[in-house]
Amino acid sequence: MNVPRVVLVDDHGLFRSGVRAELGRQVEVVGEADDVQPAIGLIASLLPDVVLLDVHLPGGGGQAVVEAIKPEHPEVRFLALSASDAPEDVIAVIRAGARGYVTKTISTAELADAIRRVAAGDAVFSHRLAGFVLDAFAAAPSPDGLKPAFDPELDQLTGREREVLRLIAQGYTYKEIARELYISVKTVESHVSSVLRKLQLSTRHQLTRWAAERRLT
Amino acid sequence: MALIASSGIARHDGCVEQPPRWPGDCDPIAPWHRGSFWRRHGGTGGPLRRDTSDRLLGGVAAGIAAWRGFNPTAVRIVFVLIALVTTGFGVVAYVGAWLLIPAAGADGSIASRARSDSRGIALAIGLATLLTLALLVGGVFNDGWFASWAWPQVCSVAGLVLIWRNGSADEQATLRHYAEPLSAAAGETSRNRRSAIRLALSAVLIISGAISLASAHASLALLRPLGGVALVIAGIVLILGPWWLRIARDLSVERQARVRAEERADIAARVHDSVLQTLALIQRRADDPQKVVWLARMQERELRSWLFEGRAPNEADEDTTLAAGVRRIQQDVEARYGVPVEAVIVGDCALDENLSALLAAAREATVNAAKWSGASVISLFAEVEPEEVSLVVRDRGRGFDPSSVPEDRKGLAESVHGRMSRRGGTVTVTSAEGEGTKISLKMPRAAGQPAGRA
Repeated sequence: MNVPRVVLVDDHGLFRSGVRAELGRQVEVVGEADDVQPAIGLIASLLPDVVLLDVHLPGGGGQAVVEAIKPEHPEVRFLALSASDAPEDVIAVIRAGARGYVTKTISTAELADAIRRVAAGDAVFSHRLAGFVLDAFAAAPSPDGLKPAFDPELDQLTGREREVLRLIAQGYTYKEIARELYISVKTVESHVSSVLRKLQLSTRHQLTRWAAERRLT
Repeated sequence: MALIASSGIARHDGCVEQPPRWPGDCDPIAPWHRGSFWRRHGGTGGPLRRDTSDRLLGGVAAGIAAWRGFNPTAVRIVFVLIALVTTGFGVVAYVGAWLLIPAAGADGSIASRARSDSRGIALAIGLATLLTLALLVGGVFNDGWFASWAWPQVCSVAGLVLIWRNGSADEQATLRHYAEPLSAAAGETSRNRRSAIRLALSAVLIISGAISLASAHASLALLRPLGGVALVIAGIVLILGPWWLRIARDLSVERQARVRAEERADIAARVHDSVLQTLALIQRRADDPQKVVWLARMQERELRSWLFEGRAPNEADEDTTLAAGVRRIQQDVEARYGVPVEAVIVGDCALDENLSALLAAAREATVNAAKWSGASVISLFAEVEPEEVSLVVRDRGRGFDPSSVPEDRKGLAESVHGRMSRRGGTVTVTSAEGEGTKISLKMPRAAGQPAGRA
């Protein structure tokens, strides 16, 4: 497989140079940007395979970049990266169209692996994101007893998907999950992609409420 | 000058023994007045100074309020009432006080500085005579009512000119602020079309209102003069409305800025207490990587709980919910064994005896993993479901063969088992040599408890 072309978008120069040095030749870093507007211009001109995108940018947050690029260049894939991981911010970037989310404490090998995975069109869930998603899609009935508009295709996780997410939350790699559940890595990947699709498309009432409850007030 | 006479009367008003006080307030203050709307405290006792920190105009009212311990708003109301009752001479008294009373912290009054400002005095006199002339001409067509209101304003304008020229930069800004709509009306703002239209419209309203007022005859119904008054007021609102709005907005902007500054100070204090201290510790422990990692993680957790959960650092963590209990385990194990613990918590609920037992078992399992597995990180996963709570402790350490468990580890496993089974929970241990260990704990939730999610 070709080495994926990557653009780094992060407002911390120290972090960018660190990632660039660590990733070395595992990926090809073709450009760096430190804010929303420069990032949009750079990505549109370079059209990289993967954009490594900080959730928190001074000029409007990572989702602004995703929202600006997605309609014109759907082939550019985004991997969200954050040190803070406030759940609602992370979910917002994912819902804008990012293919995954990892924390900045991730090891270099795992980061390179995540980039390759996103470049190949798969989804990447960190253990923390898996926890958020399980929480957001929790099967708890709404306390008011009202049933919101409900699309079982999109608004609920299957049992298998929940199992996969639980294992990711426990720190399992895809390979370990495949072995644990006696399925192939490809199947694990398709479960994760399906969860990502639901996360992006679901209009589930609880998802919004969940994010709202966790908003910093 | 009339203003001296007027303020002199106001000050002495028949109670010479008393220190100068506001008219109608010569009686000694009754004790029950203290802390009321009118009187807040006994006063500062020092010399009378204008309070420029809490001023609307020159800080005279605020200064008097601080001096004698009155409520500034009450003093202002009294000022306005006096100005109305004395047909405007109260305003003259105010301007006079502004000129003569030094500002707090300043070494002289504006009047003392104005004495050497010959150009300012000439300007004031010139303006006053010009206005007087205009008023004389105007007075011919009116009765005495108009003149009695107008004369004090001539004196005030002259005083304000002196203040304008000799006051501090702050006071000049205040005057400019209040005088702005006048200069705007004088045609300065015709540069933009909207305000030109606004001015034209209000001029039409005022003129038609004035005509309606002027042409009012006794024979006509009362409706016409009233309509005229309404038109004049509408015209004035149209001219001054945006300016009033801007003043209100400026005030709220200022308040917001103050709130922001306080918040920033609060954040700075917290960052100093936590982050900067930890960074200093990290620099001193640079030779001990494990300690550095531990310090960084401890700081990260503290910051996170403050930023995203709104808990103050060092705030007593009341372990009344499952999530708090799991975080406590994470914290304690990291602190004691220096092994990072990644905790993911899905949902939350209040603790009961069963769940406390579950937490105790999870703590043993986590400590066990930290002590024996040799793993670089331990995963702690808790999920609250409607019927049960599950907790998984997992490491990628050396693992063991469950069939040949060494005695020391067997004991621990049994104590975990014991705690769980006594409360109706289950334990599943999965491990293989070289592949790490996974301990799954499941505890049923007490019946009737709603699936509360935090």
